Amino acid sequence: MSDISEDRVRHLAGLARIDLTNDEVTHLTAELSKIVDVVATVSAAATDDIPATSHPIPLTNVYRDDVVTDDVLTTEQALSGAPEHDGSRFKVSAILGEEQ
Amino acid sequence: MAKAKLMDFDKALELFEPVLGFEVHVELNTTTKMFSSAPNEFGGEPNSNVTPVCLGLPGSLPVVNEQAVRYSISLGLALGCSIAPSSRFARKNYFYPDLAKNYQISQFDEPIAFEGKVDVELSDGRIVSVDIERAHMEEDAGKLTHVGGATGRIQGAEYSLVDYNRAGVPLVEIVTKVIYGAEADAPELAKAYVATIRDIVVALGISDARMERGNLRCDANVSLRPRGQEKLGTRTETKNVNSLRSVERAVRYEIQRQAQILSEGGTIVQETRHWHEDTGATSAGRPKSDADDYRYFPEPDLLPVEPSVELIEELRAALPEQPAERKRRLKAEWGFSDLEFQDVVNSGLLSELVATVSAGASPQAARKWWTGEIARIANAADREPTELITGAQVAEVQLLVDEGVLNDRMARQVLEAVIAGEGSAREIVDAKGLAVVSDDGALIAAIDTALAAQPDVLEKIREGKVQAAGAVIGAVMQAMQGKADAARVRELVLERAQA
Repeated sequence: MSDISEDRVRHLAGLARIDLTNDEVTHLTAELSKIVDVVATVSAAATDDIPATSHPIPLTNVYRDDVVTDDVLTTEQALSGAPEHDGSRFKVSAILGEEQ
Repeated sequence: MAKAKLMDFDKALELFEPVLGFEVHVELNTTTKMFSSAPNEFGGEPNSNVTPVCLGLPGSLPVVNEQAVRYSISLGLALGCSIAPSSRFARKNYFYPDLAKNYQISQFDEPIAFEGKVDVELSDGRIVSVDIERAHMEEDAGKLTHVGGATGRIQGAEYSLVDYNRAGVPLVEIVTKVIYGAEADAPELAKAYVATIRDIVVALGISDARMERGNLRCDANVSLRPRGQEKLGTRTETKNVNSLRSVERAVRYEIQRQAQILSEGGTIVQETRHWHEDTGATSAGRPKSDADDYRYFPEPDLLPVEPSVELIEELRAALPEQPAERKRRLKAEWGFSDLEFQDVVNSGLLSELVATVSAGASPQAARKWWTGEIARIANAADREPTELITGAQVAEVQLLVDEGVLNDRMARQVLEAVIAGEGSAREIVDAKGLAVVSDDGALIAAIDTALAAQPDVLEKIREGKVQAAGAVIGAVMQAMQGKADAARVRELVLERAQA
C-alpha cells in the first residue's frame, strides 16, 4: 500500500498552487494511491543492481559549443507573447515571495 | 524596521559558540548561457539576451554548454574536490517569476564535484582549512523590479517587471560543510573564505568575480549554541551580501543579534535574512517551511555529464597555482616586506596589484596607489577599491609619472578624474593640459623670481642649511601652479647655490 494520505495530497496541492475542495482531496487521495501502487510494482522488479535511469536513450555528454547563435530574440520578439509588458520587461503580479 | 538589539560581540562569544556554513554562487564568464546560446553579458537592454530556452517557451529544449562544464570541473579541482564520473541535472520546482519555466535546472544528489578542502589565510597569517561539501552546476534566475509601494521592496508593490537577461547564466554553487571552532575569527573567516574563492575563480579566469555586479554572491549560515551544548542551534541564512566587507559585517551582526535573543530566553526563527548595506543590519525574509519542498527530480531534457578521466587530468594539469603558493611567489617577486605584503592581502587587493604590475607599473608604485590614494577615496565613498578603477588604469597613471609627465600631486588629480569616469589618464592629461614643466629655462626663470624675493636663501644653503631651499621650491611650485617637478627644482636651486 502506498503512503498517500489526504494531508499529503493537500500539501502537494499547496506546492502546486491548486485549490482543492475536500471532495476532490478524497477523490485524488484514492486515485494517487492506486497510481503509486502501480509504480511500486516497477520498483519491486528493479533490484539494487539496476541503476536508476532518467532518460530512455543511453546517451551522455551531449553538449553545445559556447557560441552565440541566431536563436537570440529581439526584445520585441521576446515580449510578443506576454499578456502585459512595459516595452522592455514582462509585467507580472506582485508576488509575495523572493528569489530562491 | 525596528532595529534589533545586539549583544556585545565578546560577551556573545563567552556565552555561545558560533557555527558557520557558506554557499557561494559564482557566475561563469562563458560567452553564452548554461543551456542556451544567448549571450552571457552583464547589462544590455532588458530581455535582449534571451532565446526561447531562457523564456521557457513551449517546445524549446536546453542543451548543456560544454565550456561551462569544463569551467565547473576546473573549479571543483581547484577546490580540492573529487569529480563525479557521472553527474546529472535536476529540476528544482518553485513558483516565482524570476524563471519563466517554474523550475530551475540545478543539480541535486549527483553534483559534478564533491568533498573538497580550501585553505583560507587570516590576516595574521594563520591558515584555516574549510571543508567543501559540494560544488554543483545550475542556472541563474532573471531580475525582478518591484514597482509601486513606498520602498521599492516587494511589500506593497503593485506589480513587478521581469528582465530575463540573467536567466540561464551559468552558475556554480559551492557549499561548505559545517564550520566549527571559528570562534572570534568567525566574521573574519567569512570574509577571508569568500576572498579565497574569489582569488581562485579569478586565477582560473572562469568568472569576472565582481561582487557588486552579483558575479560572486555569498549566503552566510550562522547559528549559535550555548557553551557546552552538543546540539546545534537554529540557523539563519543571510543573503544579499555583496561585498567582502559586508560578509564580515553580516556574520558579526547575526552572532550579536542571535546571542541577544537567546540570552533573553527567545528562540531563533529558521529563516532567510537580508543584509542591508546602508543600515548594516539584517531583516527577516522568507521563513523556511514546507515552501522548501522543491520536489527535485532528474531533468528529463538533459543527459548525464560523464567527464572522461583524460579530460579531468587535462584540466587538473592546467590548474593555476594555489592561492597560498601564489602569495609566497608574489611576495618574493615584488620584494615586499612582511608588513607591506600583509597590508595588501588584508585589503583584498592582491589581484589588483597583479593586474597593475602586469600593465607596467612597479610593484611598490602599484602598492602605494592601491593601499593609499585609492583605498582612501573608496573609504570616503563607502565603496570597494575594486569598484572604482582597474589595474590597467592605475598603471597608466603611474607610467605618466615614470615618464616625468606628471608629478605626484598631478597624478593624484588625474587618478581622481579617471575614477570619476572622465576618460583614460592620457586623455585627461591632454584635455586638462596637465603636464609638468620640464623646460629648465622656465624653471630657472621662476627660481630667479623667487630668489629675488628671498635673497638670503642661497647664503643659507652655502652655510649647509639645505632645508632653506624649501621656501624657494614652494614659491616656484606655486608660480608654476603645481606643474613643476619638485625634485628638479630642488636640484636647480642647489646648483645655483654652488655656482
